Amino acid sequence: MSRADASVSAWFESLIAGHKVPLGEALSRVEAGGEPARALLARLHARGGRAQIVGVTGPPGSGKSTLVNELALHFAALGRRVGIVAVDPTSPFTGGAVLGDRVRMNRAGRHESVFIRSAATRGCLGGVARATYDFVRVFDAVGYDPVIVETVGIGQSEIDICRVAHTAVVVEAPGLGDAVQAMKAGVLEIASVFCINKADLPGTDAKMLQLRELAERAAERTPGWKIPVVGTNAHSGEGVPELAERIVAHREYLQSTDRLKALEHGRALAEIRAGLEAAMVDMPLRRAAQSGRLGDLADAVASRRMSAADAARAIEDEFHPTGKS
Amino acid sequence: MNQRIIRVLLGKTTMEAHDRGVRYLATKLREAGMEVIFINFLEPKEILDAAIQEDVDVVGVSSSVEGHLPVAREVTRRLKENGKEDVLVVFGGVIPERDFAGMREMGVKGIFGPGSSADSVVEFIRANVRPRRVHAE
Repeated sequence: MSRADASVSAWFESLIAGHKVPLGEALSRVEAGGEPARALLARLHARGGRAQIVGVTGPPGSGKSTLVNELALHFAALGRRVGIVAVDPTSPFTGGAVLGDRVRMNRAGRHESVFIRSAATRGCLGGVARATYDFVRVFDAVGYDPVIVETVGIGQSEIDICRVAHTAVVVEAPGLGDAVQAMKAGVLEIASVFCINKADLPGTDAKMLQLRELAERAAERTPGWKIPVVGTNAHSGEGVPELAERIVAHREYLQSTDRLKALEHGRALAEIRAGLEAAMVDMPLRRAAQSGRLGDLADAVASRRMSAADAARAIEDEFHPTGKS
Repeated sequence: MNQRIIRVLLGKTTMEAHDRGVRYLATKLREAGMEVIFINFLEPKEILDAAIQEDVDVVGVSSSVEGHLPVAREVTRRLKENGKEDVLVVFGGVIPERDFAGMREMGVKGIFGPGSSADSVVEFIRANVRPRRVHAE
């Protein structure tokens, strides 16, 4: 074994042993993508499958970060190691991002058993979802459970993230208008638990009724599980133990039925799809863009000299000359 | 794509009410294509924990309430202890010039006293950030 190999192996052992420095580095590596990420994830994948993945989503201002802070502390107090992935949007113009969730997770951040990673969406095709699967896989493989993924629940990709979580907590707050109504279709599809945060504010009762009604309408999707509506006040910690209890109960429900298997199967499909998109869509497009071919084809299509389907076929042929039937 | 994105941890103590400067700087760094992670800290150890978890390239600390010397000492010492001496450490705020030399000796690479522009911080980071160490598989 060469010295470089020995140091790599020491790094991997240290990662598996639960040390934080290599964990932070491993998350960067999977985020950067490419072959090093693929190789690391392949090694970690076999070690995972124990963590409960909890998605927490809701409109801006509903107090998600503060709530995640309290939830993490609750689980940490039970002796669990808690991983948090806090996703914030990347500016589509500069590629930069300001990730502010950590400020509201100060107390959890100080806890020895909590590891918080902030992630920017980095705007590539399916980017949020893909990086998030990978982050979760790393946390899971090194023994973090639960892994909490926090996203702003306003777009399709955020709903996708929650779709791959075992348990999706949809957070609402009184006085935020009809946010859940607005994202209703997606929310109905994914919610496992509804949470009304800031439940000390006026308007809580009305919101409670509204969510109970939504929960009932979603009931047929989840036979054997009645979507609970929990009121919390993240600042005082009120309601947080009950919320945690419902999250744990949901895991037991999944395990007691074949739902968990179905969920894992669905997640595997989604991940294979994301990987395929990266290899067969992102990569050929990037290459074609670099060589100028993509621009030429787009011109040809725009000036009606070629159809878009033929242009796509041309790129496909050039990228996989023999791969086609 | 896959172009390296510079990650910056930007911290101020919880004691400090003045965060306009830090927030303005954060916007500037974002405009320059960097990812900025905010943190309010009580103790310097929290900066190190966050730097490790976020695996940042740069640690920036804003200080206008004194106490920058012990913070600088502990942050640089703990980074070294964790094999993270390649992280670029930058301080800004109300820092008297007489402290500059001592802080540089600790390993603080950039010090931006009163009147420094946010642009000069952006430039400094771009010019001095070190290539990220990669553990090849």
